[in-house]
Amino acid sequence: MLRALSISAVAAAAAIGVAFAAGEGGHVEDYPFSFDSPVGAYDMSAVQRGYQVYAEVCASCHAVEHLAYRHLGEEGGPFAAYMVRNHETGEEEMVVRKPEHGGRFVDVTENPYVRAIAQAATISDIDPNTGQPVDRPGRISDKFLPPFPNEIAARAGNGGAYPPDLSVIVLARHGGADYVRALLLGYTMEMDGDLLVNTAFPGGRIAMPPPLTDGRVTYSDGTEATVEQQANDVATFLQWAADPHMEQRKRTGLVVLAFLAVLSGLLYLAYKQVWRGESH
Amino acid sequence: MAEAKPIAHEGGEDRRDFIFIAAGAAAAVGVGATAWPFIDQMNPAADTRALSTTEVDLTAIELGQQIKVMWQGKPVFVRHRTANEIATAQRDDYATLKDPQKDAERIVQDDGQPGRAEWLILQANCTHLGCVPTFVEGSSFGGWFCPCHGSDYDTSGRIRRGPAPANLPPAPYVFLTDTSVRIG
Amino acid sequence: MSGPSTYEPKSGFTRWLDKRLPILRLSHDSFVAYPTPRNLNYWWTFGSMLSLCLVVQIVSGVVLAMHYIPHIDFAFDSVQRIKRDVPYGWLIQPMHAVGASMFFLAVYVHMFRGLYYGSYKAPREVLWILGCLIYALMVVTAFLGYSLPWGQMSFWAATVITNILGALPFVGESIQVWIRGGGAIDQATLNRFFSLHYLLPFVIAGVVALHIWALHEVGQNNPTGVEVKSKADTVPFTPHATIKDLFATSLFVILFAVFMFYMPDALGHADNYIRANPLQTPPEIVPEWYLLPFYAVLRAFDFNIGPIDSKLAGVIAMFASIGVLFVLPWLDTSKVRSMRYRPIAQQCFVIFVAVCIGLGFCGGQNPGRILAPATFSATLNWVEGGEVRQEPVSADSDAGYAEAASAAEQALRGQGAALVASSRTGETTGAARGVFGGTARSQSVSAGTMEELDAAIGEAKTAAAASAPYFIVERRVPFTFTVTRLSQLLTAYYFLFFLVILPVLGLIETPRRVPDTIAKPVTGQAAGAS
Repeated sequence: MLRALSISAVAAAAAIGVAFAAGEGGHVEDYPFSFDSPVGAYDMSAVQRGYQVYAEVCASCHAVEHLAYRHLGEEGGPFAAYMVRNHETGEEEMVVRKPEHGGRFVDVTENPYVRAIAQAATISDIDPNTGQPVDRPGRISDKFLPPFPNEIAARAGNGGAYPPDLSVIVLARHGGADYVRALLLGYTMEMDGDLLVNTAFPGGRIAMPPPLTDGRVTYSDGTEATVEQQANDVATFLQWAADPHMEQRKRTGLVVLAFLAVLSGLLYLAYKQVWRGESH
Repeated sequence: MAEAKPIAHEGGEDRRDFIFIAAGAAAAVGVGATAWPFIDQMNPAADTRALSTTEVDLTAIELGQQIKVMWQGKPVFVRHRTANEIATAQRDDYATLKDPQKDAERIVQDDGQPGRAEWLILQANCTHLGCVPTFVEGSSFGGWFCPCHGSDYDTSGRIRRGPAPANLPPAPYVFLTDTSVRIG
Repeated sequence: MSGPSTYEPKSGFTRWLDKRLPILRLSHDSFVAYPTPRNLNYWWTFGSMLSLCLVVQIVSGVVLAMHYIPHIDFAFDSVQRIKRDVPYGWLIQPMHAVGASMFFLAVYVHMFRGLYYGSYKAPREVLWILGCLIYALMVVTAFLGYSLPWGQMSFWAATVITNILGALPFVGESIQVWIRGGGAIDQATLNRFFSLHYLLPFVIAGVVALHIWALHEVGQNNPTGVEVKSKADTVPFTPHATIKDLFATSLFVILFAVFMFYMPDALGHADNYIRANPLQTPPEIVPEWYLLPFYAVLRAFDFNIGPIDSKLAGVIAMFASIGVLFVLPWLDTSKVRSMRYRPIAQQCFVIFVAVCIGLGFCGGQNPGRILAPATFSATLNWVEGGEVRQEPVSADSDAGYAEAASAAEQALRGQGAALVASSRTGETTGAARGVFGGTARSQSVSAGTMEELDAAIGEAKTAAAASAPYFIVERRVPFTFTVTRLSQLLTAYYFLFFLVILPVLGLIETPRRVPDTIAKPVTGQAAGAS
């Protein structure tokens, strides 16, 4: 038996209370995202809306360093454009959505939506003629403009907390998109010192103030922007951002597995043929 | 046991051959299909393909001068031609050319609009083996000379003498304003 | 087994070539006419899968090296670029990452198969040792490769493993600095790890060639462990073994594809998607699953053994757990090769497999995690109300403080204090406090873990705090069966199996009757025959 003598002033009890609370958090609800199943694809409308949430809310603190503007318009991206023939007028027109069938993919360099998104950003560059620093409109090949030039500036601008990069956040956190969604919905609106209580964040205390409120963004497709809707959408966008080739990978996988099943069957029959009449 | 069913022997042989051929063919298809991604990965990556267009401010280039700009990792000549150079180029439209092309065709903008004769925008790698020719005032044809293997180009960038097989290809460009062009 | 060659060149060209470079003869003798025991079961097909794995890793690795940048500032980004922008990079990068896991999965089955059927016993000692060498090289290569993406796990695994080498006596620190190329894991380390990661697979390929050469010299073992005695015991390698290997490999590739296309990150760790940060260690550092058992062995030693401290003991044990495989041919004293005919060894083997899996489990757990339910309890004593009186304590020397404090406490108690305690403020000074009057109270709390107990004590204190500033807490900590304890048990069995069970059992065990030949097994087709 261990005998320990503990004297503690009343104030110390509060500290233990915090230590106890530090064991909280980490409650992540499993949400049925469209991309969950082995054949699940991205809900591209949700990715588009999620991009809007990212651009209008998250981007003021969080970078997505691995994303370039052109990624939005590449095949499988939320703003990939296709030329389709309008059956009434007989003319080709551009749509930002993969048509059910047909449709010609518009190369991202020709994609006006992506170009507009890129040009809205102001990129610091070096003037090729004068060699002096210069601001210019973004190009589609530019990486997304980060909100802070470096980590030190990011910490200084956020009371010492570093807003992590979001481009692979769903892969870098246990729970993935479910975690991101739960985190955004996990605020109890209680404060604990400078931190906020969040039921999903490991430890239960987070420095980020609740970023979403009802109607924080106005969706152009008319979807009602509830907090949960925004959280679902931005989680879907971040899943796409981390794994843009998922749909292609799953489709290829299906073909490969079907092929391997046939091949294995044939090889099994061939094996049986070869070993016919051999005792073993 | 093979001798247990002698009657089915011939049919069995056919079936056996079919299985072996089918399995072999399937395996060959599999190996072939697997090879493609490993070959295709050496093609330009998406970021390389989408590399930015290059915009050039023309005000800084004086008459009779040229600059070299980088476009998709390659040098491009942007030459401000003198009236004399333009005249020579247009006169030589009817000379004996290895790669016949009119000067006006060589300055057409990427969107199909006619270009401006004083601005010649060419990809700068010699069509022989890729060196960058230098513009030599008073050279045989008044234009570029490639130091590697001695190809001579005229004031329109057309090959006139030497081992190069073709003209310096125009770079795709459009005028954005009177004083700036976008290459690519 | 390498009898006279049966190769007969058929065309003029092959006759011409055969006189100059008999490569077709070698291929024919090695992979076509090569006599294979006819009773090999599916456990023998893993060698082919391993060849496939090696090819896949080398081909996909060479391709990745075309796009990867071994620079601390660009490595992480270049891997992302491969997955996003390089044509088919999204396919080839997971192929390489999942391929490593598949390689180890197959090699473990292959090794357990060799262990069970006694494939290491004479005359196959060199064959076995070459296999162990391949395995050791695989471990090193996998470790080097894991550091290349330069994520948090990459960086900290490299830090921890190079620190392991630092535990070696005398030369440890020099070796550690030599391997890192500096005091810490940095650019120099990354660059050389990349170089070596590129080199070692070709070394592996070379040792594999020797492994196959040795195999063809001594011939394949088989489930009965009885040597091939006549032509009736064998079938030609092609088509018989070839087609069976192809079929089994095809099934293996299905498993590979399921992971690669549908769970590319399931076998990895989320923290490796965070860029390496030398200033912040992740909350838990675990290696890839295939190295977890060794990690458990490393951590099992939380005690010093004589002059060997716990760190060095763990390192020695970890290296020994691989090293012992090299001498296995001389540890097993049994005359019977296959464990199919060794009933006791068979059971020990099954336990051994379970122990290895158990070690893998332990390696992935927090070492302090309590596995068996235990009750931690504590009693709090305090006095409600009352008055606190404080007496200074001063001692002549540091050593005399405890005595002085206890004397002061005693004095307070003598004055009728219900509760006394002292706290030290300096080398020789402190204060003793006593609570006089009031009502003595007591409360017991209990919980499943130490943390929960502390929390419960905290709660109890908070509840009583209004009336009592001081508490005496008696904690009762039971013996707890933690992951570390389990690791120690499993590690003990691991070494016991090789160093005691196999040597002793070989001498005392009565084996079942072993068949005379492969073709006519007298004991029937008990187990494993396909």
